[in-house]
Amino acid sequence: MRYIRPLSIEDAVGELAKAVGPAAILAGGSDLLVRMKGGFIEPELIVDIKRIGGLADIKETADGFRIGAAVPCAVLGENKAVRKAWPGVVEAANLIGSKQVQGRCTITGNLCNASPAADSVPALVAAGAKAVVAGPSGKRTIAVETVPTGPGRTSLAKGEIIEAILLDKRPEHAGDAYLRFIPRTEMDIAVVSAGVNLTLDDHGAIKTARVALGAAAPTVLLVEEAGQVLVGSKLDEATLERLAKICSGACRPIDDKRGTIEFRRKVAGVLAQRAAAIAYKRAGGK
Amino acid sequence: MNFDPRFSGRQFASVGTRPIRPDGIDKVTGRARYGADFNMAGQLVGRVLRSPHAHAVIKSIDTSKAEKLAGVKAVITAKDLPDLTDGDAAMYDILDNCMARKKALYDGHAVAAVAAIDARIARQALKLIEVEYEVLPHVTDVDEAAHHHAPLINDQVFTEGLEEKPAKPSNVTKRTQFGHGDVHKGFAEADFVVERSFKTEQTHQGYIEPHACVASVNADGTADLWVCTQGHFVYRQHCAQLLGLEASKLRVTSSEIGGGFGGKTHVWAEPVALALSRKAGRPVKLVMTRDEVFRASGPTSATSIDVKIGAKKDGTITAAEATLRYSSGPYAGSWAEIGAMTAFACYKLENVKTVGYEVLVNRPKTAAYRAPSAPMAAFAVESAVDELAKELGMDAVDFRIKNAAQEGTRASYGPVYGPIGIGPTLEAVKHHPHMKAPLKANQGRGMACGFWFNFGGQTCTDLNIGMDGSVSLAVGTVDVGGSRASLSLVAAEELGIDYSHVKAIVADTSSLGYNDMTDGSRGTFSSSMATISAARNAIKILRERAAQTWDIPVEDVHWEKGHAIAKGEKYGNLSPLSLKEIAAASGKTGGPIAGHSELVADGAGVSFATHICDVEVDPETGSTRVIRYTVVQDAGKAVHPTYVEGQYQGGAAQGIGWALNEEYIYGKDGRLQNAGFLDYRIPVCSDLPMIDTQILEIPNPNHPYGVRGVGETSIVPPLAAIANAVSNAVGVRMTHIPMSPPRILAALDAEREG
Amino acid sequence: MAGVAVSTTINGDAVEYLCQPDETLLEVLRDRLGLTGAKEGCGTGDCGACSVIVDGRLVCSCLVLGAEAEGRKVETIEGMAHGDQLHPLQQKFLEHAALQCGVCTPGFLIAAKDLLEKNPSPTEEEIRFGLAGNLCRCTGYDKIVRAVQDAANVMKGA
Repeated sequence: MRYIRPLSIEDAVGELAKAVGPAAILAGGSDLLVRMKGGFIEPELIVDIKRIGGLADIKETADGFRIGAAVPCAVLGENKAVRKAWPGVVEAANLIGSKQVQGRCTITGNLCNASPAADSVPALVAAGAKAVVAGPSGKRTIAVETVPTGPGRTSLAKGEIIEAILLDKRPEHAGDAYLRFIPRTEMDIAVVSAGVNLTLDDHGAIKTARVALGAAAPTVLLVEEAGQVLVGSKLDEATLERLAKICSGACRPIDDKRGTIEFRRKVAGVLAQRAAAIAYKRAGGK
Repeated sequence: MNFDPRFSGRQFASVGTRPIRPDGIDKVTGRARYGADFNMAGQLVGRVLRSPHAHAVIKSIDTSKAEKLAGVKAVITAKDLPDLTDGDAAMYDILDNCMARKKALYDGHAVAAVAAIDARIARQALKLIEVEYEVLPHVTDVDEAAHHHAPLINDQVFTEGLEEKPAKPSNVTKRTQFGHGDVHKGFAEADFVVERSFKTEQTHQGYIEPHACVASVNADGTADLWVCTQGHFVYRQHCAQLLGLEASKLRVTSSEIGGGFGGKTHVWAEPVALALSRKAGRPVKLVMTRDEVFRASGPTSATSIDVKIGAKKDGTITAAEATLRYSSGPYAGSWAEIGAMTAFACYKLENVKTVGYEVLVNRPKTAAYRAPSAPMAAFAVESAVDELAKELGMDAVDFRIKNAAQEGTRASYGPVYGPIGIGPTLEAVKHHPHMKAPLKANQGRGMACGFWFNFGGQTCTDLNIGMDGSVSLAVGTVDVGGSRASLSLVAAEELGIDYSHVKAIVADTSSLGYNDMTDGSRGTFSSSMATISAARNAIKILRERAAQTWDIPVEDVHWEKGHAIAKGEKYGNLSPLSLKEIAAASGKTGGPIAGHSELVADGAGVSFATHICDVEVDPETGSTRVIRYTVVQDAGKAVHPTYVEGQYQGGAAQGIGWALNEEYIYGKDGRLQNAGFLDYRIPVCSDLPMIDTQILEIPNPNHPYGVRGVGETSIVPPLAAIANAVSNAVGVRMTHIPMSPPRILAALDAEREG
Repeated sequence: MAGVAVSTTINGDAVEYLCQPDETLLEVLRDRLGLTGAKEGCGTGDCGACSVIVDGRLVCSCLVLGAEAEGRKVETIEGMAHGDQLHPLQQKFLEHAALQCGVCTPGFLIAAKDLLEKNPSPTEEEIRFGLAGNLCRCTGYDKIVRAVQDAANVMKGA
């Protein structure tokens, strides 16, 4: 086993590409170290990406925000500009684990761990976030929902690293929100969750909407029909009813130690309604 | 010992004050040494291989590859722990639980162990051990296991306690019965009868410190064991017996203990560590991982309980009956028996009958957990009592007051009560401001009572007075929650000196006579008795030395406020001698001054509590939050009130966790699904409100200061108190603990569709 | 397995050690450096008993590799008091009996210190959520929360 700390993304990609045995990327380590401790993974190579230039920074660009892959969620939460523009994304990121875990975990790691219950992912999917992928054959930018392909599996090829997550600049009258259900008030993995991202027209009617559900299927679900049902509405009761119904119907959950199929279906609808109401209010809707 | 029972009017100088505990500074600076914080020269790392199967015959174990791995110093299996139990069935079960002999009986059952020069090599070595299993059908549910079609866990078990010896073996190891009167007659007299069935899932004590020990066995048959335990003397007996050592040659030192709650009263890893050390010829440190703690230590029983209670229109209970089935893991236990004894202990009943069935399941061996078996029985009974009060149209508190046991009541489990606190706790609750706090929509209030026996037991204490007048107190009961502070207060009280001059320690097994373990809420109760006795013995010597100094008869020397005083007009010119002065002269008056005490602390007073709880339920998700909580409990006499409050609050918090979220979840394959703090959900700081406490002091006439044990009772009422609160908040009667959100939502949906 | 040479600062002192690539900071602190104040309650970041502060960030040392400490500043419970002078949080934990068994206490103190440094006047709710990553099984948290509230008042007055 080797531990390396490259200073450039090219070096990191090169080391990963030529690794013979299993290799692991270390950013916050809050998933990787747990998996190593449990004996689920025994990497031959650990690539610590935290000292690669730019990866630990949040940059505000003309198009929006570029959040480096090694930015801990606690740092993201302290960034006033991101918090103002994308409160739903930030609150989702800040729900991952404890304060201790917040000091380490990253939204990129949360995405690449590919858990269907990852807290930040439904919010990122609802937000239409993109991932910048660096690899042996150059860079590409992809929609975040195309990264996880199943529990613990991603579409990334050997040698590829996500170096940043991109969030768009916000128009007027926009808001997002994320809610999850957990049995305790902290420290749990989401039993089911919902992220909602809305923009409103000048009259307060919903212009665009994206709704994503977590822990409701093998990967985070982007429920396009749920977004469509919101468009044009001012979130009246009938619309909320339809939203809940569509979300509950879109779920393909399982029974496990965290919840039942019935519970997840029902609560997915409840959370989508509640998240939509928060997002609508944040967008300036009344 | 014959104590003066006229304690009630006594004024205390130290007892009842709230000084800082003597072991506190080490604990806030990180210097306190717990089980895993100790190291020895040349120490190896021990690790245990555990069965992945719930029930399997161990056909063979090949350790040859592991033994050949560089850095491995010993590999052991059951063969290295030969059976020395000599027909002692309970010890054989302990031995088999430490290392499976013929069959693996649960997921996590130890089958082999290694000692290696570091953790990485030890882990690698475990992977090289080849175990051939023949997997057998398993059963983990208590009701399924009791069924006659269930897979048999031990075909040598025939149910005890039946009128006729059964012809077929069964997973039910024992039937027990308690009660008096005629329940048939009693139910016939009732105007209202409530009959319900309840289930509770298995929980773990959840101490934050995993089991840890360092074992060192020498070639001459002497050995040392450093271990986190609630009872190092008991660990010594068990380890010595299982390893074939002489007890006096095995010195066991109890480390600081990072929580036990009953879970560190049983040996698991210690005999294994000793066997590894014996084979390797080097010290071995063995620390369980959190996963191992859940899979292989603890837990409490899962239960299934039927309750029937009848009452007249005026609110008098005419009959009460309960059948209790408790899982005991794969070995015989007496858990349902305790449940059957405690179930109706709060009430004055003419006709009562309880029957307990002990049931074997393919789960870890059940261990004690704070008032073991009582919370589940109380959940069932106190839920039914609440329902009956509703049917009668009576206030839940008034109904209980009307039927509460009193001094002179014959308890449902046999004895006649002395002065007890159930009535006073109920009266205190009735008038508590909490009962008037406003409730909002979806909020509800519940209350419930709880009982625990408490225990005394064998106790040995030394009190040594230094030449500077300071006092060393050596006790043999492990300090699990501040007892060194309370015992120092007691020594200071008795000697009449300041608390700051007393230093209490927990002595190792070679330095003090035998002590039972710290369980049954006995730590402060029994060791304070022994401390008082030791102090009085020391005072006798102090008086003798003063008499010698003054050259007067010892009968004329009294002990008051830390001084020897010559009583009588003729001694008018003798100024009192302080403890410090007598101690300073001790070298010339006859040598060191000490007091010793060896006793069986009889007369632990029974303990009662009543809790009030407010909850808020989210009707759309089934999520329940405890928003207000009050504990009222009788302490007899609170020696250090702050730590008494701490016991009340801690027990309530554990009960809240049990009521709402904690449970062992097994898959169909018989494997534990949630062996970690992520999915075994103990309450976190943000889950709980402040927990208000009210200490009542109804003195225990068997203790010189009136002390009762306080540690356990507080976990008994919460399950029922919360269930009653949920019922009052959203109108559904929850009969299955924990009341997790999916269970509550399903119950609400059933009610809405109903 | 190739050892990693690490130079770091622990409680203000320069420290060098050699560790395995998969060895956690917690293992390094406890087994190599003899700093056993941080405890392993779970090893998976679920209990907070191993809390330390690295470059001003509260972390679980079981979820940090020893190798990652290179060039960082690590603060542990052993560095919380200044000589004989206890930190106000340590003093208030003693006064309020905010510990019973005490095994979670070092982690709580480190987490509470981090909390009060970032938010000197927390509400009860902020304290409860701020300390939610630290499990205590003995106290029911009541006296811990009160000790932190009291310490916050003392520290503001100082």
